[in-house]
Amino acid sequence: MVPISWYLILSAVLFSIGVAAFFIKRNIITVFMSIELMLNAVNLTFVGFAQQWHEVSGQIFVFFVMVVAAAEAAVGLAIIIAVFRARSTLNVDQIDLMKL
Amino acid sequence: MHLALFLIFGALCVAGALNLLLQRHPINSALSLIVVMSSLAVLYLLLGAEFLAAAQVIVYSGAIMVLFTFVIMLLNAGREERTRGSKMAYVIGFPGAAVLLALLADIFITHSGEFHRVHAGEYVVSTAALSGVLFRDLLLPFEVTSILILIAILGAVALARKEH
Repeated sequence: MVPISWYLILSAVLFSIGVAAFFIKRNIITVFMSIELMLNAVNLTFVGFAQQWHEVSGQIFVFFVMVVAAAEAAVGLAIIIAVFRARSTLNVDQIDLMKL
Repeated sequence: MHLALFLIFGALCVAGALNLLLQRHPINSALSLIVVMSSLAVLYLLLGAEFLAAAQVIVYSGAIMVLFTFVIMLLNAGREERTRGSKMAYVIGFPGAAVLLALLADIFITHSGEFHRVHAGEYVVSTAALSGVLFRDLLLPFEVTSILILIAILGAVALARKEH
């Protein structure tokens, strides 16, 4: 029988890997994918706590997170396509027009 | 049984996430993210969330990751090159993530006595119970998300359209 805290530690590991990937990756699509990884890690925490308190609302939260993530992915990838058309690069170091 | 499934798919999750971090080509990162999301669906099943496990496979590893792989292929994204900025990111990124992990793990381990142990099939939220809450108590937020999706579709089409 697995304690809930193991699931929470697994989600902490996934979230930290997502944060590291967000910092280290230079490709704008991979940066976006690491945001999705962080969202998934948080979803696992929600489902774990729903099991802990025997509540349905934790799972409802995950449902809404999924909906927002789907909308975010569609708009974000459209923005990436628009950026690629304008600058013809995917490297985040070269997309620095707003830098002082 | 439960422990074995948790260990196998938890290890698969962490391996996929590490592979996402270490691969240089975005298509390899995308494929390892699909592995992570599919194994998370199994973990949701172990935690008694059967509807979310199905939704995870259909929405995340189905729809969202197909979108990602399409964009990677459309833009012909190649291997990422190392720049001066990436060295700075290595210096800050790895210690920062390690500190975050240590903090979260410390919190969870010190409070681990307060958490239950999961027995497989002990508390399963059926799709009927989930939809009861979703369509009765939370009908307005649910309908608002449909407007959000509609606006997202329009925004995606408007942003990705070719300028004339």
